[in-house]
Amino acid sequence: MSTTPRTTASASDSSLLRMRGIEKSFPGVHALDNVDLELHSGEVLALLGENGAGKSTLIKVLGGAHQPDAGSIEIDGQTTEIPNPLESQRLGISIIYQEFNLVPAMTARENIFLGQEPARVSFVPVAKERRRARELFERIEVQLDPEALVRDLTVAQQQVVEIAKALALDAKIIVMDEPTAALSPVEVEGLFRIIRELKTHGIGIVYISHRLNEILDIADRVTVLRDGGLVGTKPIGQLTRESIIEMMVGRKLENEFPNRKRESKQEQGLVVSHLSRDSAVRDVSFKVRRGEIVALTGLVGAGRTETARLIFGADQRESGTISLDGKYLDIRKPRDAIAAGICLLTEDRKHQGLVVLRSVLENFGLPNMSRFAPRALIQRANERVAFDGFVDQLRIKVTSRDQLTANLSGGNQQKVVLAKWLERNADVIIFDEPTRGIDVGAKYEIYVLMNQLVEQGKAILMISSELPEVLGMADRIIVMHEGRVTGEITDMQSATQEMIMNLAVQ
Amino acid sequence: MKRVKDLIFRNGSIVVLILLCTYYSFVTVAEQYPNDAAAGRDLADTITASIGGKANVLVIARNTSQDRAFATAIAERLEEHGATVVETVHGAPFDARKALERVGSKATKLDAIATNHAASEWGPIKPDRIAKMADEFPSLSGAQVFQPQSYVWPSFLTRENLVNVINQNADIAIIAIGMTMVIITAGIDLSVGSLMALSGVMAAVAIQNVAGGSSAGLIGMIGGCLVGIGLCTLCGAFNGVMVTWFRVPAFVVTLGMMMVARGLALIIAVRYQSALTGGTTEGTPEAVKIQAASFSWLGNGQMLGIPNPIVLMLILYVIAHIVMTRTSLGRYIYAVGGNPEAARLSGVPVFGVLIMVYAVVAAMAGLAGIVDASRFEGGRPNAGELYELQVIAAVVVGGTSLAGGEGRIFGTLIGAMIIAVIQNGLNMAGVASYEQKVVFGTLILAAVLLDRFKKMG
Repeated sequence: MSTTPRTTASASDSSLLRMRGIEKSFPGVHALDNVDLELHSGEVLALLGENGAGKSTLIKVLGGAHQPDAGSIEIDGQTTEIPNPLESQRLGISIIYQEFNLVPAMTARENIFLGQEPARVSFVPVAKERRRARELFERIEVQLDPEALVRDLTVAQQQVVEIAKALALDAKIIVMDEPTAALSPVEVEGLFRIIRELKTHGIGIVYISHRLNEILDIADRVTVLRDGGLVGTKPIGQLTRESIIEMMVGRKLENEFPNRKRESKQEQGLVVSHLSRDSAVRDVSFKVRRGEIVALTGLVGAGRTETARLIFGADQRESGTISLDGKYLDIRKPRDAIAAGICLLTEDRKHQGLVVLRSVLENFGLPNMSRFAPRALIQRANERVAFDGFVDQLRIKVTSRDQLTANLSGGNQQKVVLAKWLERNADVIIFDEPTRGIDVGAKYEIYVLMNQLVEQGKAILMISSELPEVLGMADRIIVMHEGRVTGEITDMQSATQEMIMNLAVQ
Repeated sequence: MKRVKDLIFRNGSIVVLILLCTYYSFVTVAEQYPNDAAAGRDLADTITASIGGKANVLVIARNTSQDRAFATAIAERLEEHGATVVETVHGAPFDARKALERVGSKATKLDAIATNHAASEWGPIKPDRIAKMADEFPSLSGAQVFQPQSYVWPSFLTRENLVNVINQNADIAIIAIGMTMVIITAGIDLSVGSLMALSGVMAAVAIQNVAGGSSAGLIGMIGGCLVGIGLCTLCGAFNGVMVTWFRVPAFVVTLGMMMVARGLALIIAVRYQSALTGGTTEGTPEAVKIQAASFSWLGNGQMLGIPNPIVLMLILYVIAHIVMTRTSLGRYIYAVGGNPEAARLSGVPVFGVLIMVYAVVAAMAGLAGIVDASRFEGGRPNAGELYELQVIAAVVVGGTSLAGGEGRIFGTLIGAMIIAVIQNGLNMAGVASYEQKVVFGTLILAAVLLDRFKKMG
């Protein structure tokens, strides 16, 4: 990634926003405990912390969605209150959430000016708006048709629309919550260029992300929260990846990736040959032996997830064969793959991995009904015993078996997904972005589990966009680009991020 | 305070039901005139106690099945005590006067007239009229009129009324079982009312034409019912296939089925009526009469004093509850409603589950059609009109979310009872049917609002 000289704002009179001694309690939780946050004009402040550290509560206070119990907020040196989201907007604060606030069926222009129509009943000044939208896009130097429907835009382009919307509202403070979660490396570069552009206009940016490499690249200062309290604020120059992690988890993390005995590789395992589906997956062949972790990487849209879905039967393959331990499998639907001992941990747990409306126990039991309900009735005692076993083994934090899955943190949700597949005793486990949205401590636990699984002789296919994770965990790396396998890296000792990127962009 | 709030939210529909019952109990407090066998026995005891064992008694009542039971009980008890029942009259005031003349013209002195409240209002047995008749018929002089002691009690809260309310709505409650499953999968079925009619008509035609009509045996009747239910189940499976394989919205598919099934029910009924006359008339959409006498057992019979439709309903609710909470099918239904994609990726046969629930709701509608046909001793092509709305209302009022994934079977039973009680209560309180619609609609909106509040916490 590139390194541009940073313009570090120093004088405190350039302070755009100053939050002091912010306190907020919810029944049973002290969500924010005497938190300070200061944002200067023209800087990027990274706000870091594990899930539950209080980042989103702090942002909601700023956005007017929560009222602090104590503390003061100054904007441009003026003490102020933010009683509601509208006032927040009026004060020049814009928050871009991970899930965009856009109307898919409307155009980019309509979305940008939504809610800013001149009067209650009047004609929309289309030509004026279109000119204005073009100006905004020019200001951040992007090419985008204002009349394109938002649903036809890529995630990165939708983000640009959100940013333009913030600019149209004359925002001085822009909060970005996990802005790169769904972007490819190239798109991330594009976003960073826009962010640097915004800085030159004096806009202050609060940047929330779990991706430390990006923080090191884009942030000027870092504020870290832990358990609702402020750990500290430091200029980026004084920090390293390790020291940031240390601040976040509160202890020294010896290794980001746990060690593993790499000897138990066997010849048998999953073999896919000439897998194809229209242009998304083209003639993909590879093998994952038992006892090894193979990383499948590439840019977003390279066909990695699509390949996994073909193996799992979530989509129909047009051609190609799949075999496990030398036996050809006729997989037409997920049920077939599951029966054959293949499981998939999807990247999108909320929408594809779990029925979040139902209890953790029900989610756990869902793929295991053939075991727990061999006849008509579910043997509930067996199901509970099995689940409790995994709660201990995986250290899943749940208040009860009947807890709604929606109320679990990302890490614990991932563990529930893992538990339901481990109960099936699958031989091949496909992890699609296994640590997305999961905080550092829980990430480590997931890695340890993955290592245990391969030591038990399971085959793991890991799809990941996080190159440090790929390099830290995999025995081999397969890189895809535009639906094809463009290369394989077997010598992990000499593998680098640059080697992967070279294969990924061709 | 929070616990009270939780309790009300979690069991909101039960609280509403209790409040409704309490309210209607208050507004329907009235003088009650007992008129059953037990009242008859009590009355016989009273007569014996006040006149003595050797009394001559004339029993007068209306010609209804309940009055007959009442009168029979009096007569039996009096004879146990050694009294003589000179005559038992079932009929109108005119019959009462004739009887008095007959009894009066005999030499034996009449000691008492046993009657109930309704008959005691008749002119001929008013005490002054009897005194007048005694001038002509001396043996009537001194005859006292006895009727059961009345008491003050809510008309709503009588066993008779409550059983009646539940019984009349048992068919809606039965269909609501299947509808709950469909709505939990985030679907809807508008065809249930029409399928109910189709089932009744088909079963009636099968029993009349194939099973032998009035001479149909048990096997024949069951076979006829299975024809009706089976046809409905197929229609439901068809709905399910359209919803899954062809991705047509359930609302549209079942709207179509609603019209097709109603049309078929009417066509079959009309053709049948026409065929009865040898094809000489056009036929009218009347009920297809079922002549097999014992067929009405299901709809009108009783078991341990409880009407059969209620027994059937309760059995089905218990089975459905077990299916939804203790079987893999139940888990799958909730999972498919909560998140179809996650369910599919967990190996749930999503299409199979959906086709199943549409088939189940249709089978329930078919069964309700059989109950209706049994109750009216004929398959009515107009049965179940607008039932789909009442059934959906019962499910929603019972706390099942239209968005899918959440809901409980017994919640639906409470919902069905609430709707039944409201209608019954409004009838008793003398609210006109147009106003009832307003109350009804408001109630459904309130139930949905309650669900919203619950979600918001």
